[in-house]
Amino acid sequence: MIEQLRETCRRLLDEGSVQVIIGYGDSLPGKPARPLFIRKSEDVDQLTWGPHCLPNLTAYLKRKEVKALGNAAVIVKGCDEKALVVLTKESQVDRASLHVIGMACDGVCAPKCAGCKMRTPRFADEVIGTPSDAEPKAGTRPVTLEDLMAKTPAERWDFWKGEFARCVKCYACRQVCPLCYCERCIADKNRPQEILTSASLTGNFAWHIARAFHLAARCVECGECTRACPAGIPLALLNRALAEQTEESFGYQPGMDPDAEPVFGSWKATDKETFIR
Amino acid sequence: MSEPFEPKIVAYVCNWCTYLGADLAGTNRLEYPSNVRIIRLPCTGRIDFNLIVKAFEMGADSVLISGCHPADCHYTAGNYHARRRWILFRRLLDTLGIEMDRINFTWISAAEGKKWQKVITDITEKTRALGPYKAYRELHEVAG
Repeated sequence: MIEQLRETCRRLLDEGSVQVIIGYGDSLPGKPARPLFIRKSEDVDQLTWGPHCLPNLTAYLKRKEVKALGNAAVIVKGCDEKALVVLTKESQVDRASLHVIGMACDGVCAPKCAGCKMRTPRFADEVIGTPSDAEPKAGTRPVTLEDLMAKTPAERWDFWKGEFARCVKCYACRQVCPLCYCERCIADKNRPQEILTSASLTGNFAWHIARAFHLAARCVECGECTRACPAGIPLALLNRALAEQTEESFGYQPGMDPDAEPVFGSWKATDKETFIR
Repeated sequence: MSEPFEPKIVAYVCNWCTYLGADLAGTNRLEYPSNVRIIRLPCTGRIDFNLIVKAFEMGADSVLISGCHPADCHYTAGNYHARRRWILFRRLLDTLGIEMDRINFTWISAAEGKKWQKVITDITEKTRALGPYKAYRELHEVAG
């Protein structure tokens, strides 16, 4: 599969239709692969593929310095591709000028891989490999949403207080997110200042509420926020809760159907709620 | 803390229905608790979720969000957009363990001065029973 991937990338660069390949490169042994930006066809042998290819590379498409490199080809797994669907829907990606190389995936040992149904990318320009019949290699979550919701609200509050107390507001969760693409983030605005900039509990709660809610009904649950967090905060739990509600109330799964109307920005007179008097 | 507890309630209301409903309550001389601080916004669709967080940050004990009934919005659909937002936002706050009894949503039209009086009285009494929202205020104290 790796050879086929390298061959494809070499061809794309030689043809000149693509100026940069966003792919995976090996880092230290036993560590997740790192993102690699290949611009010359003689460098394609640095590209790698395997169960250590965790990063969601679509996150780099939003960056100005990456856009400046020219037309890109991006290597995606089936799960990463969902982010592309959302980005296209939100007019953040010109799908026509982007070349998508899909990789058939046997799991990357992340919690999201359990029971994965997206092992072959659906909308890629070309798909490399076929997934094996074996169950995907998955990881486990230290805390599941079921565990959390089994607690009382006061216990949940204490749980998050403990978690957010470790947050240093490095904003890695924002930087790594393929769908956090605002050129000026609300956390960086100070007139008016909606979110306290200090890494105090008050400021951290405000930030994590805003982060999670700005991704409501958009998050494709790639889990990169949790992986990037240096404090080990299980941020994806908040997104999971919102995704659950999105599906329950609106029957919508972000990144699944390119033609479905997004939840926010549309409405139905028949939307059901139980809390407005 | 010898003074008796008086709840602070922040009400984010839309300019076209609930604000006029509150105004009607006033011109009809209907009495309701003075614990409510009304903040008038153009539409419920304008009510940013950060405003709710901000209210709690600044010491509110309860928050009310109120606007036009469905099919009654001055801007046709602002309240429908808001309704979708609150369906999801409530779930987020619940997951975080925020006390959901302190966040209230109503539709109050410009003709419902009576309803405004009742809603504010009910929320004030409910909040009085719940006591001050210490859990959120303690956030300030922990990390300074």
